[in-house]
Amino acid sequence: MTQAGPAALTNEEVGRYSRHLIMPEVGMEGQLKLKAARVLCVGAGGLGSPVALYLTAAGVGTLGIVDFDTVDHSNLQRQIIHGTPDVGRSKLESAKARLNALNPEVEVVTYEMALSSQNALGLFADYDMVVDGTDNFPTRYLVNDACVLTGKPNVYGSISRFEGQATVFAAEDGPCYRCMFPEPPPPGLVPSCAEGGVLGILPGVVGTLQATEAIKLILGVGESLVGRFLLFDALKMRFRELKVRQDPDCPVCGEHPTVTAPIDYDQFCGITPAATPTSGSTDATVEELKTRLDRQDSFLLLDVREQREFEICRIPGSVLIPLGELPARMSELDGHADMIVHCKSGVRSGKAVALLRNAGYTQARNLQGGILAWIDRVDPALPKY
Amino acid sequence: MATKILIPTPLRGYTDQLDEVEAEGATIGELLANLTTRYADLRKHLYAEDGTRRNFVNIYLNDDDIRYLEKDQTPVTADDTVSIIPSVAGGGWS
Repeated sequence: MTQAGPAALTNEEVGRYSRHLIMPEVGMEGQLKLKAARVLCVGAGGLGSPVALYLTAAGVGTLGIVDFDTVDHSNLQRQIIHGTPDVGRSKLESAKARLNALNPEVEVVTYEMALSSQNALGLFADYDMVVDGTDNFPTRYLVNDACVLTGKPNVYGSISRFEGQATVFAAEDGPCYRCMFPEPPPPGLVPSCAEGGVLGILPGVVGTLQATEAIKLILGVGESLVGRFLLFDALKMRFRELKVRQDPDCPVCGEHPTVTAPIDYDQFCGITPAATPTSGSTDATVEELKTRLDRQDSFLLLDVREQREFEICRIPGSVLIPLGELPARMSELDGHADMIVHCKSGVRSGKAVALLRNAGYTQARNLQGGILAWIDRVDPALPKY
Repeated sequence: MATKILIPTPLRGYTDQLDEVEAEGATIGELLANLTTRYADLRKHLYAEDGTRRNFVNIYLNDDDIRYLEKDQTPVTADDTVSIIPSVAGGGWS
């Protein structure tokens, strides 16, 4: 093994990256830029999987990954960095093992923690750019603001069902996430739980777009997505582009910024403990439900999940009215005063109970923890999803 | 004169699951007013109770954000495509 200098490639690396080295757009110079690059990937999930795999394969010198989750069976449909034997393991441990096996030349640095207003600036300062693979509004605004404040590009991607979005925010002279979306939607306005789900391949496509943009930024080649918002529709197999402009009045990257340090993002996004009606003093427990079902009490067990979920598993004797249809189908509840309402985990049924009480069904009660709690504590034979 | 409006997935529940609808109007404001008259449930997702449009809903005329055109007064023609672009947070993480 010969080494011409600290920044040179070893013979092994020359072999590994040969398909890069013979390209004029990369070459030895570009590969050395990749080797010197430091990229931080926030999230080792659906988007983070292809991002981390491709950046590691490409020979990015240092890859930092932030996550605090463990691998669950339900992740494997899309989070391809993890495998079945990794279920129950920390996502970071699982990802690091996979990445080290893929390319031991890359230094993988793991941060087992939630990104926060306290740690983001210090963490980002050590990297050249940040890839946003998160899944919620508070963390997305935090990633954006911390990128603007530390001067690091934010390689952005997000997905929902079969549609994806990708761009590069917070690059020099480019717009930031707040320029495009000054405010998040309030929690609960856009249907989330019931509208949920994601085509497993979608984060593969969008995360790969993010990895491509990161590589291009490192190499300084091509036209980046700065100022262009890419929309991908997997069902129609169609890409569209929108223009994103830097907003001179942007509170974080504008001419007179008012956000000069990370703020409280839960508060900014309207998330307060009281806003999620998951528990309340009038809630029913799954044990109480079991007792009442066994006693054959007269009451209505209302399931407000979607038909597709009802087909996966249900509590015997339950009646299905999806939350979205509930306002129009209230009359079907005539004659039922005593009601226990459930969904998957208790959030949608909390909203249903609020609707029902407003409509005069004052005895409607939420089942704490939903059918997941029922499966955990009463009927473990049912499949969990 | 009808103009095509593209409806994003999260809002299709309020437009009979249609991914695009046509509405009449000479300006963006008129177009959206007609759209939300026809699909009344969509209204609260686009407008606050005081009638102002919600800040997190981006309206594009072709590939341009109407905030940088003439906002609600932006003229539209039958050849234009208007898009409602929601902010999406998902990362397939959890």
